[in-house]
Amino acid sequence: MKKLLLGNQAVARGLYEAGCRFVSSYPGTPSTEITEFAAGYDEVYAEWAPNEKVAVESAVGASLAGARSFCAMKHVGFNVAADPMFTASYNGVNGGMVVCVADDPGMHSSQNEQDSRHYAIAAKLPMLEPSDSRECRDFVKAAYEISEAFDTPALLRTCTRVAHSQCLVELHDREEHALKPYEKNPRKNVAAPANAVLRHAEVEKRLDALREYAETTGLNRVEMGDTQIGFVTSGTCYLYVKEAFPTASVLKIGLVNPLPVRLIRDFREKVDRLIVVEELDGVIERHLRMNGIAVDGGKDLFGCQGELSQNKLRRALGVALPDTRRFDEAVPGRPPVMCPGCPHRGLFTVLSKLKLTVLGDIGCYTLGSGAPLNAVDSVLCMGASIGMAHGFTKILGAEAAQRSVAVIGDSTFMHSGITGVVNLAYNKSIATVLVLDNSITGMTGHQQNPTTGLTLQNEPTCAIRIEDVCRAAGIERVRVVDPQDMAATEAAIREEIAADAPSVIIVRRPCMLLKYVKAKPPLRIDPDKCKGCRSCMKVGCPAIRFTDKKASVDPTLCVGCGLCEQMCKFGAFEGGEGK
Amino acid sequence: MKTTSIMIVGVGGQGTLLASKLLGNVLIGQGYDVKLSEVHGMSQRGGSVVTYVRYGDAVYSPIVDEGEADYILSFELLESARWISYLKEGGVLLTNTQKTWPMPVITGAAAYPEDIVEKLSAMADVRAVDALSLAEQAGSPKAVNVVLIGVLSRLMKDIPEEAWTRAIEETVPAKFLELNRKAFALGREGKQ
Ligand SMILES: Cc1ncc(C[n+]2csc(CCOP(=O)(O)OP(=O)(O)O)c2C)c(N)n1
Repeated sequence: MKKLLLGNQAVARGLYEAGCRFVSSYPGTPSTEITEFAAGYDEVYAEWAPNEKVAVESAVGASLAGARSFCAMKHVGFNVAADPMFTASYNGVNGGMVVCVADDPGMHSSQNEQDSRHYAIAAKLPMLEPSDSRECRDFVKAAYEISEAFDTPALLRTCTRVAHSQCLVELHDREEHALKPYEKNPRKNVAAPANAVLRHAEVEKRLDALREYAETTGLNRVEMGDTQIGFVTSGTCYLYVKEAFPTASVLKIGLVNPLPVRLIRDFREKVDRLIVVEELDGVIERHLRMNGIAVDGGKDLFGCQGELSQNKLRRALGVALPDTRRFDEAVPGRPPVMCPGCPHRGLFTVLSKLKLTVLGDIGCYTLGSGAPLNAVDSVLCMGASIGMAHGFTKILGAEAAQRSVAVIGDSTFMHSGITGVVNLAYNKSIATVLVLDNSITGMTGHQQNPTTGLTLQNEPTCAIRIEDVCRAAGIERVRVVDPQDMAATEAAIREEIAADAPSVIIVRRPCMLLKYVKAKPPLRIDPDKCKGCRSCMKVGCPAIRFTDKKASVDPTLCVGCGLCEQMCKFGAFEGGEGK
Repeated sequence: MKTTSIMIVGVGGQGTLLASKLLGNVLIGQGYDVKLSEVHGMSQRGGSVVTYVRYGDAVYSPIVDEGEADYILSFELLESARWISYLKEGGVLLTNTQKTWPMPVITGAAAYPEDIVEKLSAMADVRAVDALSLAEQAGSPKAVNVVLIGVLSRLMKDIPEEAWTRAIEETVPAKFLELNRKAFALGREGKQ
C-alpha cells in the first residue's frame, strides 16, 4: 500500500519497520512529529524526555539493554545532547541506535542556522541524509544496519523541507529484532581514561572502515546524464538540482559522513564542470578541495545562508528564470504573534508597562519581543534566561535587579531552567524569575512535559510542581499569580524585584489553545464610549483594530479574554467577563 | 505530464493545512505522483503561511518558486499581494476577499494596501470570492478552507466532481461532513 507521508511520519514508519523498540525525544521544530507518530505504533515504546541530553542517555541505555533505540531533536537540541553523543561514539552500541537531527536552513522556527554535519565529523559518527519521505523510511533502516555493523550510533540528518514535505511511500512490514543479550563489558562501556584510550583507537578504525563503505554503498548514487555539468549534492538540494537541471549528471550523496573520495574523483573525471550544491556550510565542497578534487562552483555561487530552491540554482548558473510580476506597493509583513487569549499577553503587557529589562527565553513568550509590546531584551537558548539574569544582576547590582526579570516557560524550565535556579540560590543571587506556566509545551505544537501530569500517550502521571522544585532548590520567595489579573501580577512583580533575595513567580494560566480551555463570546466596543485613546491597543492583540479614530474588535478572532477591557478607562467594552 | 504547481497561502489558524491535505488526497486518488510541502511550528501563531502542492508523472522539488505556480489559492487579500510573484504567466490567482490585519497594520507601523483585487487583476487572471460569507452560509466561518477548495475544483476541469466529494469524506471528521459538503458545493457553484 502506498500512502502520502510527511517526512517525519516516514521516519516514524522506518522506526516501526526496522523493529525499533525505544524512542525518547524532546520536541523541537522540525523534528517533533517523528516521536508523536512513533507513539502511534504499539510495538514502539515512545516518551518525551525533559531534554535532549536525557533523551540520548535513555536511548544509549536502551541500546545497551539490546534494543534498537532512537531519539529525534532539532539542530540546537544536539548542542544539549552533545556530551553523551560524543562519548557514545566511543562506547558504541549493543542494539542499534539512531539519532535524527533536524536542521532548519532559513530558520523557519529556530534561533540559529547551525549545520549538524559538523557534529557528525567532530563526533566521528556516520550520518545519513534523506531527500524525501521515501528515503526517510529507507535511510532509517539503513542507519540501523550501519549502527549494528560498525558498532556506532548513527545520525540521520533531515531539514525543514524533508521533515515537513509529503510524498508517496510504499509501506512494508515490521521486522522484529530479538534483543541482543546484555553482557557486562567495562572495557567498552566504562569511558574511563584507560578504556577510552583503547576505544578511541577503535573509533579511528571504524571511521576508516566507514570511509571504505562510503565508496560502494548504495546510499551514494551516480546518475549519469549530460556531462557538461556534474552536480554533487545531497538531501533536499538533490531535488532542486533535478528540478532545475533534469538532464544533468548527478552524484547524490546519501551518506554525508564520512564522504567518499574515489567515487567523487571518478565522477569528476566524467564531467566538464563540477558544481557542489548544499545548504548551509560548504562541508562537501571543503572535503573535495581537501582531497584535491577541482570544484567549479559551490559556496561562491550559493552562499551559506538560508534555503536553496530551483530558482536559486537557475540564477546562480545563468539559466533564465520564469517570468513573474510583482505587487508594486509595500506589502506589510505578517510576523507570528501571541494568539488571542494567550495567557502570556497579560504578563507582557505588565512587563512592557514597567519597562523592565527582560532576560528572555525560548517559547511562545519569545513573541513578547515583537511590537507593540517590545518587552524582551535578550533570547539566547533554552534555559539561558535564568543564568543571564544572574550574571546581569551580579555585575550591575541591586539597582539592576530591581529593574529586571528572567522569563521562562514551563517546558523550558524543566528542560534546563532548574540548574539555573539552583545557581541563584547557591550563589546568593537577588534576581527574579518569572516561570510562565501555561500547562503545555506551546511553541512546538502542544507536547506534554513533566509539569502537565500527562505522558506522550496522554496517560496520567505525576505532575512535577514548579513551586516545589524551586523551594527544594533553596528559593524561599516563591509565589503564584494569574496573568489574567494584570493588577495582581504587577503588584507581585513589584514586590519581588524589590526583594533582597532570589525569587520565583509562577505566572500560571493554561494555553488558550488547549481543548479544555473554552473561549468566551467576543467582546464589542461601544463606539460612543470609545475615546480613541488606544490604551487597549497596548496589549498587542490581533483581534483589535483601530479605524476612524476608534478601536473595534474582530469577532472572528476574539475569544473574550477581556485583557483589553482591563486597559479601558471609559467602560467602552461590552459583553466580556474580564476583571 | 508536466508537473502542475499549486500554492495555498493564508494566515496561521485559517485551516490551510486541511485544504492542502484534501487537495493531496484528491490528487493521489487520480493516480498522480504528488508532493506537498508545508511549514509547521510558528504557523498557528497568526503568521503568514504557505503550502506547496505539486503533482504530475514524477515530481522532484517539493517547493514552488517565483513564476511557477499554476494556481494560487489565497485565504487572505494581503497574502495574495505578498505571493503574486509566484504566479506563472497564464496562472490563476483565486483569492478570498477577507482581510486580516497583521500586527504592523494594527500598531499603525504600516498601511494595509487599498484595492488589492483591482490592482492584482490588472496584472493577472484573478478570481475573487467572498469565501467567509459562503462559509457562514454553509454554517461556520471555519469552513472557508473547503469553500475555497470548491472554487478551485471548478478550475481544475480534468478532475471529476466525485473525486473531490470522496476526498472530503475521507479527510473531514464525520460530525463536520455535512457542513463541509455544503461549503464545497457553495464554493463550486461559484458566486464570483
Ligand atoms: C535545545 C532546544 N530544544 C528544543 C527547542 C525547540 N523549542 C523552542 S521553544 C520550546 C518549548 C517551549 O515551551 P514552554 O517553555 O513551555 O513555552 P510555551 O511555548 O508553552 O510558551 C521548544 C521545545 C529549542 N529551541 N532548543
